[in-house]
Amino acid sequence: MTCIEARGLRKAFGTTIALDGIDLRVEEGRILGLIGPNGAGKTTALNAILGLTPYQGELRVLGRDPWTERDQLMRDACFIADVAVLPRWIRVSQALDYVAGVHPRFDRAKAEGFLAKTTIKHRSKVRELSKGMVTQLHLALVMAIDARLLVLDEPTLGLDILYRKQFYDSLLNDYFDRNRTIVVATHQVDEIEHVLTDVMFIDRGRIVLNRTMEELESRYLEVTVRPEQAAAARALKPMHERQAIGGSVMLFDGMDRQRLVALGDVRTPSIADLFVAVMMVNQSVTTKGAGR
Amino acid sequence: MSTQSNTMSESFQSQSIAPAVIPATRMLYWSVRRELWENRSIYLAPLAVAAVGLFAFSLSSIAGIWEKQLRLNPAQPQAPYDIAAGLMMLTGIVVSVFYCLDALHGERRDRGILFWKSLPVSDLTTVLAKASIPLVILPLLTFAITVAMQWLMLLVSSAVVLASGQSVKVLWTNLSFMRMSMLLLYHILTAHTLWPAPIYCWLLLVSGWARRATFLWAALPLVAIGGVEQIAFHTRHFALLVGSRVIGNVPTVVSTSPDMFPTDPMTHIAPGTFLSNPGLWIGLAVAAMFLATAVRLRRYQGPV
Repeated sequence: MTCIEARGLRKAFGTTIALDGIDLRVEEGRILGLIGPNGAGKTTALNAILGLTPYQGELRVLGRDPWTERDQLMRDACFIADVAVLPRWIRVSQALDYVAGVHPRFDRAKAEGFLAKTTIKHRSKVRELSKGMVTQLHLALVMAIDARLLVLDEPTLGLDILYRKQFYDSLLNDYFDRNRTIVVATHQVDEIEHVLTDVMFIDRGRIVLNRTMEELESRYLEVTVRPEQAAAARALKPMHERQAIGGSVMLFDGMDRQRLVALGDVRTPSIADLFVAVMMVNQSVTTKGAGR
Repeated sequence: MSTQSNTMSESFQSQSIAPAVIPATRMLYWSVRRELWENRSIYLAPLAVAAVGLFAFSLSSIAGIWEKQLRLNPAQPQAPYDIAAGLMMLTGIVVSVFYCLDALHGERRDRGILFWKSLPVSDLTTVLAKASIPLVILPLLTFAITVAMQWLMLLVSSAVVLASGQSVKVLWTNLSFMRMSMLLLYHILTAHTLWPAPIYCWLLLVSGWARRATFLWAALPLVAIGGVEQIAFHTRHFALLVGSRVIGNVPTVVSTSPDMFPTDPMTHIAPGTFLSNPGLWIGLAVAAMFLATAVRLRRYQGPV
């Protein structure tokens, strides 16, 4: 079943185009990573999906129009927009009471169970908690909601590495199953790499890459080229080349593995490396286009 | 074994019973409670004012100020009770105004709106819950606290009178408490709720629209319109109109002279005249329009 479907999704803020006609299809049971530089349109895309911002074009989320049906959509979808959006005045017990009061799919016992694993006290106000604890609280609330779609926008920004790791671990172990869909936008690519089933790169309002992890692994190869093979390797037209200790590292798209083995050490590139390569290629193409 | 089957059937029941949709009234109830959690001044401010007023009254009773008045004018023992009611109603207005100016602004300022919008609560429910504070909660709270305060005042006066060796008969027979309370409730609901409703709804609307300085944005248009009218036509209709709404000065609530205190037991209420006043209905229509706009606006609003 399709969870999110967008066609020609457009959004402009004055003369700045945040989303430039995006086509998007996310199936149920996927974990999609939305990756892009600052100002690429990630948050705008997520906001459109969540009914937080008006847009042009067609968009259906869980079969609903998010802009006009946000409240109904939020019975089946949930989001963590940012680390710091829990109101600072609210008590932990009040947050539990409130969500239990208004959300038909909230399992309070489950949330209490998650909280019991932390040092968060029920009497505490959010303003008394550390940033990491606020995230734990928000995650406990969200994971206790039996939602079909969870959207996370930089959910671990500003957290230390322990909290970040814990965050994705609990998400994967205690929450995710094949009936749920998760969309996560982040800069910290390396931390979510092993979690994702799909990757989407977005730059200046356009999707520049949209692949499943399997496709990514079978298609892109990174070679640490031995210096004497450098010329031969360049002749195969790598999409990107960078210098590293021990020689040039070149990234190839759709190249036969056997041909590359002769040139040096071959491995699957990390998403971060692939991201840099794709962005460089994309940006040089658009700059050339603009120069003409 | 039996415990196991019990827990199993329990969890099964809780799953099957859990409603997919929560009734609108329950959403509204929790949304109102959320307002009271966030804005504790809604009840703390009136309670504090009542406590201070009660303390002042006790002092003056012990000093014998009210007792002297009672001896001079035994037929009118309610003067201090009217002052107390006036004080509480004024507090209600002040709290309402401050609450409304922040109601839809605070959640955008602290970015909490992103959390509230992640829950299945509609903008309509949220705005109605916020509007219910000045239009339902505060009027009823003001009434309840005032009545409680007046009872305590009566007990204090009685104690003082008894201590001075006099009879409390005058105090208890000339003070028609029930009638005073009914008149107070009527006055609060008409003059301080229905009549100024457009003002409160206007403040709510501005709090949901302005990015900052909500008071300025709320007051400036009113001052500007009043000023233009004054300069252009040398009249003050608009200023008087707004003023009458703010302080709850409704000419048609009661049929007695306007300078008499509204909870005076001699007052004859005139709900018919009040309800047939076109000004009331125009005001309520304007209030509804402001609220509808605020609901619509909240959909567009994010953190500021």
